[in-house]
Amino acid sequence: MIEIIAYIFIVVGLMFDLFGCIGLVRLPDVYNRLQASTKCVTLGTCSILFGLFLFRGFTATGIKALLCIVFIMLTAPVSAHAIARGAHISGVRLWDKSVCDKYEEDKNKL
Amino acid sequence: MNRRLRWLLGLLIIIALLVGIIFYPPASMLEWQSISLMRFFFILSLCCVFCLYRIMRGPTPADRVVAIDILGILIVGFCAVLGIPTGRPWYIDIGIAWALQSFIGTIALAKYLEGKGFEE
Repeated sequence: MIEIIAYIFIVVGLMFDLFGCIGLVRLPDVYNRLQASTKCVTLGTCSILFGLFLFRGFTATGIKALLCIVFIMLTAPVSAHAIARGAHISGVRLWDKSVCDKYEEDKNKL
Repeated sequence: MNRRLRWLLGLLIIIALLVGIIFYPPASMLEWQSISLMRFFFILSLCCVFCLYRIMRGPTPADRVVAIDILGILIVGFCAVLGIPTGRPWYIDIGIAWALQSFIGTIALAKYLEGKGFEE
C-alpha cells in the first residue's frame, strides 16, 4: 500500500519537473523562465525525494533523503534571487509586453 | 505569421516526444514496476534535453545560468530515482554533494553576471 503512495508522489514530482522544463523552453523572457522553472523543478525534485523516503522508511537512505529535501528547500530560492538580481543589474531587458518593473523604480529612487 | 508557425512547430515536437515516451514500452500488468521506472528515466532525460537546448541557444548569459541551475537540481532527482530499484545507499550521497556544489557554482555565476555589465 505504501509503495503505491510513493509511486504517486514520484509521478506528481515528475509532472512538475516536466512542466518546469517546458516553461524553461517556451516562455519569452529571462524572468518568466526563472519563475516557472525554479518553482516547478524545486517542488518536483522535493516530491521525488519524499517518495524515496516513503519507499525506504527510517533507514540511512530515508534520513538522507529528508536532509536533501531541507537543503534544496533552503538553497533554491537564494540562488534564484541571486540570478534575478544579477540579470537585472547586468542589463537584460524585460519582455516588451511586461507591464511593470518595480526594481528599476527603486533603483532610480535611490 | 512566421513566429506563429515556429511556435506551432515547437508545440508539435514537444507533444510528439511526450506521446512517444508515454506509449513506447507497451504496457503489461505483470511487470508494471520496471516499466514505470523506465518511463521515469525517459521523462527525466527529456527534461535534461530541454535544459541542454536552453543552454545551447540562450539569447543572453542569464538564460544559460538559469538552465545550469535547473540541470543541477534535475540531477539530484536522477540520483533519487536511481536509488529506488538498486537499493544502494550511496546514490543519495552523490545527490546531496551535487546539490551543494550546484548551489555554490550558481552563486559564483550570479556574482559574475552582476559585475559584468554587458549591453543586451
